Amino acid sequence: MIFLSTIAAAEAAPQSRAALFMFLGFVAITLVITYLSAKKSTGSSAYFAAGRRITGWQNGLAVAGDYMSAASFLGIAGMIALNGYDGFMYSVGFLVAYLTVLIIVAEPLRNAGKYTMADVLAYRLKPRPVRAMASLATLTVSIFYMIAQMVGAGTLVRQLLPGVGYEAAVIGVGVLMVVYVVFGGMLATTWVQIIKAVLLMSGSVFLSVLVMAKFDFSLAKFFEAVSAVTSTNADGTTVTRNFLTPGLLFKNPLDQISLGLALVLGTAGLPHILVRFYTVPDAKTARASVVWAMILIGLFYIMTTFFGFGAATLLGPDYLKLHGGTNMAAPELARFLGGEVFFAFISAVAFATILAVVAGLTISASTSFAHDFFTNVIHHGRETRPGEEVRVARITAFVVGAAAIAIAMVLGPKVNVAFLVGLAFAVAASANLPVIVFSIFWKRFNTTGAVCGMGVGLLSSIVVIMVSPDFMEHPLFPLRNPGILSIPLGFLGAFVGTFLKREPEAEAKFDELSVRANTGLGAEKATAE
Amino acid sequence: MPSDESQPPPDLTPSSGGPTDVSRLSQREPKPAHERTAEEDRDLADWKLIAGSEGFQELLRAKRRFIVPATIFFLLYYFALPYLVGYHPELMERKVWREVNWAYLFAFSQFFMAWTLAAFYVAAAAGWDRKAKALLASFKH
Repeated sequence: MIFLSTIAAAEAAPQSRAALFMFLGFVAITLVITYLSAKKSTGSSAYFAAGRRITGWQNGLAVAGDYMSAASFLGIAGMIALNGYDGFMYSVGFLVAYLTVLIIVAEPLRNAGKYTMADVLAYRLKPRPVRAMASLATLTVSIFYMIAQMVGAGTLVRQLLPGVGYEAAVIGVGVLMVVYVVFGGMLATTWVQIIKAVLLMSGSVFLSVLVMAKFDFSLAKFFEAVSAVTSTNADGTTVTRNFLTPGLLFKNPLDQISLGLALVLGTAGLPHILVRFYTVPDAKTARASVVWAMILIGLFYIMTTFFGFGAATLLGPDYLKLHGGTNMAAPELARFLGGEVFFAFISAVAFATILAVVAGLTISASTSFAHDFFTNVIHHGRETRPGEEVRVARITAFVVGAAAIAIAMVLGPKVNVAFLVGLAFAVAASANLPVIVFSIFWKRFNTTGAVCGMGVGLLSSIVVIMVSPDFMEHPLFPLRNPGILSIPLGFLGAFVGTFLKREPEAEAKFDELSVRANTGLGAEKATAE
Repeated sequence: MPSDESQPPPDLTPSSGGPTDVSRLSQREPKPAHERTAEEDRDLADWKLIAGSEGFQELLRAKRRFIVPATIFFLLYYFALPYLVGYHPELMERKVWREVNWAYLFAFSQFFMAWTLAAFYVAAAAGWDRKAKALLASFKH
C-alpha cells in the first residue's frame, strides 16, 4: 500500500523518481540481510547479541550508525545553516560524550553484563526491583527517541516525495523497522547500521568536497564567506551577520551548559548504544569499537562545518527558510551542488539514517522488556519454555513498533522533535548513568539507592521538561533541557537512597563484580562459529 | 523446573543444529558455556581471594590513576567551551587566523582533545590488559 502510493507519487513528480529508486535499493539490500540473519538467529545470545561475534571495526561502524540520527544529519546541518556557530556546539558535545562511554562505561559493562544495561545492576543488587526500574527507563528513553525519529521521517518524506502523506511515511518506516528486528534480530540490525554508516559518511564527504570546491579548496575564502552571511529580517531589512559569532541561537549560556551535560553524560546511558557492547567477543574489542566509532563520529561532526556553513553561505538562510526550513539544509545543498541525482542520494541517506536508528532503538527496547522484565522480573530469571525470551522479544518489537507508529500519527507532524530527543538524553543521563557508575565503583551502593536514583532521575527529567519553555507559555524552568537540574537530582537520589538502608549481600558481592568488571574473568563469551 | 521427572514433556524447542541453539528442555548434559548465567558460574573463581590480592589492588590503583584525572580533565575542557562562549564572548570573538575566531578554534580543538585522550586511554588500557592476564594466570595454580 505504501509502496504503491510512493510509486504513484514518483510518477506525479518525476524528479523524485531517483530518490525513490535509491531508497527502494537500500530497503531491498537490508531486507536481504534480514533474511540471511534470520536463518542464523536461533538462541538468545544470537538474537540479542549477534552471537557476540561482531568485530571491533564492524561494531564501531554500527555504534556510529546507531548514534548519528536524522537529528544529527539533518538537524545539526540545518541549525548551523540558520544560526551558525551555536549549531556547531551540538556537534562538539556529541563527540566528547564518547569519552564517557570509552573511559567509564564500555568495558565494565561488557565484562559483567549479558544482554542489557540492567544485567550489571542486577549483579549484586536485588534483581527484580532493579530490573523493573531499568526496563522502565530503557523503554522511556527508546520510545521518546523513536517517536522523534518517526515524526522526523514523516515530515521529511512529505518534503522529499511530494504526494506521499505523513501517515504513509510513518507506517512505512514503522513496518520496516519491525521486520528487521522481529526477523533479523541483532545481527540484521547491526548490518543495517553498518551500511547506513558507510552511506552517511560517503554522502557527507561528497557534500563537503563539493562545498569546498566552490571555494577553490581555500579555507581562508570559506571562512571569509561564513563571516558575512546576509539574511532578511522579519521587517524586510537585510542584515549581514558573522556566522562564526556565538550566541545567535542560545541567548542564555546556561542553556548550553545544561544541554552539554545531558549530551556528555546521557550518551553513556543510552540503551541502544550500550547493548552494542554485548555484540563483540570481549572488553578489548568493545574498547576498539568505541575508538572506531569516535573516529567516524568525529570526522562526521567536523564535516558538519562544511555542509552546515556551506548551506548558509551558498544558499543562505532566506532560501532555506522558504525551502523546507531547518531540516532540509543538507538535501537542498546537495540539489544545489549536484543536481537532482545527488539530492536523491542525500535524501535516501537520510531515510536510511532514520530507518537504522529506529531499528536499533526497537531492538534495545524489546531486549530490555523480554530479558529484564519478562524473564527476570515476572519469571524470576527462568525461561518457562526454552526460546521464550526471544519469542517475547519479537512480540515486544512488534508492539513497540505499533505503539510508536500510533503515537507518531496522533502527535502529527507539528510536534517539536528536538525536545523529544533532548528528553531522551536527559532521562538517560539522569536515570541510567548515576546507577551504572555507582554500581561499578561504589561498594556501599544498594538496591534502595538504585531504585531511588532511577526513579528520581526519570521523574525529575520528565517533570522539569513539562514545565520548560517547550511546554509552557510562562515556564517555571527557564531552560530547554532539564539536564542541569535532573542529572544532579538523579545522582543525589541514588546517593541518599543508598544511605536509607544497608544491604550486606550487595556489599559482599562487590568483590566478585569488581574482579569480573576489571579482569574480564567469566565474561560472556562469543558463540562458536 | 519440572518436578515430575518420570514423564518428560515432548520437547518443542526449535533447533537448527548450530552452536547458538538454546539448550533443550530435555537436555541432560551441561549447558554450553555461552548460556551459563553469572549465577551459575559463581564458583568459577575465589573472588574474595583475587579481589584481596596485591596484584588486583595494584590493577585498580593503576586504573584509577588514569581514569579519575582523565575524566576531570575532559569534563573541564569540554565545559570550558560553553562557559567561555556564554560568559566571555568578547574574548572568544577575537580573531586568530583570518576570519577564524577563538570560539571556533576552541570548539574545533575539542575533537582533537577527544581523539588524543582516547589514544592515551587505549595505550594505558593495553597495560592493564597485560596486568589482568598475568594476575588471572597466577591464580590458575
